[in-house]
Amino acid sequence: MTSLAGDATMIDVLQGFVHELREAGLPVSMTENLDAMRAMEHVPFADRDSLKSALGSTLVKNHGHHKVFETVFDVYFSLFGPGINPDGDDAEGGEASEADFEALRAAMDAAGAMGQVSNEELAQMLLNALMNMDEDQMRMLAAAAVARFAGMEPGRPVGGAYYLYRTLRQLDADGLVTKMMNQARDDESIGEGAFDERLAREDFEGRLKVLKEMIEAEIRRRLVADRGVEAMARTLRKPLPEDVDFMHASREEMQQLQRAIYPLTRALAARLAQKRRHRHRGTLDFRQTIRHSMAYGGIPAEPKFKKPRPSKPEIMVVADISGSVASFARFTLQFVYAMQSEFSKVRSWVFIDGIDEVTRFFDEADELAQAIQRVNTEADVVWVDGHSDYGHAFEMWHERHIREVTKKSTVIVLGDARNNYHASQAWVLAEARKRARKLFWLDPEPRGYWDTGDSIVSDYAPHCDGVYECRNLRQLSKFVADVVES
Amino acid sequence: MAERFASVSEVLDRLRSVDYLSDASIAGVVYLADRLEKPVLVEGPAGVGKTELAKAVAATTGSRLIRLQCYEGLDESKAIYEWNYKKQLLRIQADREHERDWETVESDIFSEQFLLTRPLLEAIRADEPVVLLIDEVDRVEIETEALLLEVLSDFQVSVPELGTIVGKQIPIVFLTSNNTRELSEALKRRCLYLHIDYPDLEREKDIVRVRVPEIDDALAEQVAKVVGTIRNIDLKKAPSISETIDWARTLLYLGRNEITPEVLGESLNVLLKYQTDIAKARKELGVDGPPATTRGR
Repeated sequence: MTSLAGDATMIDVLQGFVHELREAGLPVSMTENLDAMRAMEHVPFADRDSLKSALGSTLVKNHGHHKVFETVFDVYFSLFGPGINPDGDDAEGGEASEADFEALRAAMDAAGAMGQVSNEELAQMLLNALMNMDEDQMRMLAAAAVARFAGMEPGRPVGGAYYLYRTLRQLDADGLVTKMMNQARDDESIGEGAFDERLAREDFEGRLKVLKEMIEAEIRRRLVADRGVEAMARTLRKPLPEDVDFMHASREEMQQLQRAIYPLTRALAARLAQKRRHRHRGTLDFRQTIRHSMAYGGIPAEPKFKKPRPSKPEIMVVADISGSVASFARFTLQFVYAMQSEFSKVRSWVFIDGIDEVTRFFDEADELAQAIQRVNTEADVVWVDGHSDYGHAFEMWHERHIREVTKKSTVIVLGDARNNYHASQAWVLAEARKRARKLFWLDPEPRGYWDTGDSIVSDYAPHCDGVYECRNLRQLSKFVADVVES
Repeated sequence: MAERFASVSEVLDRLRSVDYLSDASIAGVVYLADRLEKPVLVEGPAGVGKTELAKAVAATTGSRLIRLQCYEGLDESKAIYEWNYKKQLLRIQADREHERDWETVESDIFSEQFLLTRPLLEAIRADEPVVLLIDEVDRVEIETEALLLEVLSDFQVSVPELGTIVGKQIPIVFLTSNNTRELSEALKRRCLYLHIDYPDLEREKDIVRVRVPEIDDALAEQVAKVVGTIRNIDLKKAPSISETIDWARTLLYLGRNEITPEVLGESLNVLLKYQTDIAKARKELGVDGPPATTRGR
């Protein structure tokens, strides 16, 4: 694999790349593969950016997958030097600066990463480069910083994230923005007010991000050189955005999820609305049809239908926010928030062992954080000890709200059904289902864990129109699609 | 057939000549679409110039732009073709006295003069070069998407009574989507994929300069910077490119040549359309102008 570079044909190169993409979980069909092949004939192999855009547009049809594609591309094609042409011709020109850079890098490695320059001087040079946004300089300094600070040793089985962390810590990346701000203030290149400061800060943070990406790319380059593509691709492989587990999502991933939830709820809203327009076409409007036929000599050329009366679907969300589903609960609340901004009629309740309606918190809040804050502080969800008790929560809900469930309501319960061995009171669900249009249950636990320990999913399942494992976006989308179909 | 563009950089230049500032990836995909004769599926947030791209390509290649605006409930008779049955009825009635046999009448009323062409068929039958724009394709139901497949992969339309109509030329096709739902795999497979995001600072500045030629360099840069910052705030609706341009024009009308907090405060409603967003942006950016009179949701 690693010795491909010299004599590889275009087809081998592409097939290897497609293989890597599939390994990373991206769906690449045969047609797309062929398209990519044709596309490659139209772009020069040495022109990495064009190549990347050509392959991206033919192979990756989902923007969420683009990040993964980019990583795989960078790793895979870093094997082939910029000037290498798989047809054997000498493809030079336009790559001179890149070659210079390679030479410089080699010299730097030999001299122990700018050996004479002290750490402080390096930091100062970096600061200057950032202030001037001199990308070439930044790239060079990023490479020097990695060589000096990351402490990379051949064959060491550590992921790139570790080296990145080390390098950034040594460079005091978090402090760099403040330093840039101070410098800019000294130069009087930014004004006084909070507004100017904010703009400048934004600008500098953007620059720092560019630098971080450069450092990451440099680390990746070195790792590939050390371990080869295949080993590298394995360590880089991260779950696709739609496969990230809600329960174990990092903070950053959670933010991405939040963005991804909106289109989903919008889809749900749009398709429910559509349903009510197309499902029941009204009955024949006899009077209108006859009236209209006058224009064609009494032939009823165009049947007219009565307009169906619009029905307004109502969604009721009942969500467990106890400790055992804490991280899922955050997602749950995001989901409810997104739903409430899309549907006019969404009502929501949260429970642990008591239950409280929280519709108003979401309606009144301008943003998610505010709503969550109010749910956490104001909602009255603890009845005895603050351990989940689905049975009691359901009973309370039944007592207060069951009459409000109508044929227009879709009820969605979110929770892991871990009931701490209390009574299940599954009859509440049975009755709710009888009254409601549909009743669904979303469980954040893997299917294999259901009914283990104190989980009593199967007590409730018979009373639901569907119980869905809902651990990631892929499963949530499936649920949304199913709800719409049913 | 003759290729429309010779190279990626030619695409860039020619789009620029009609005031559409693209970037390497946009130009690259347009170039490939021309070479591979495949439709382009363009996705991205609202107001980044997806529809404009199709218009610009049409303008620079001297093609006619045929546009199919998608909506819920779009069907074959609105997208591809329809028999003009009212006219057919009249034809049959007018024919009663002549007592002609049914075959003659049938072949007569199912001929081209009774066919109403809709955008897709029109694009295929056109003699002159055409750019076909299928706008907001995510709005049609997933079942309706299937209607597009034959047109997009083979550039032909089957009319049972007339046979298959094959295109005289292969148009450049753009499909746009705001991503309100996942499009079907079948559709995606037939297209090249292009995701257009909000432009970076440099490109947005260029766009402002091209679209608002009277603006000076420093102000254009400031405009782009402020808009970029606002987009990073978590808003209901981030400002689109057209709103950036509107804002730049507004600033000129107001006779401002520098953006101060006060100027921003009085013109923020050009950029943002939700009261909550405006309030939030004011807070985040430290605009100290008088509080908006209609605060709240």
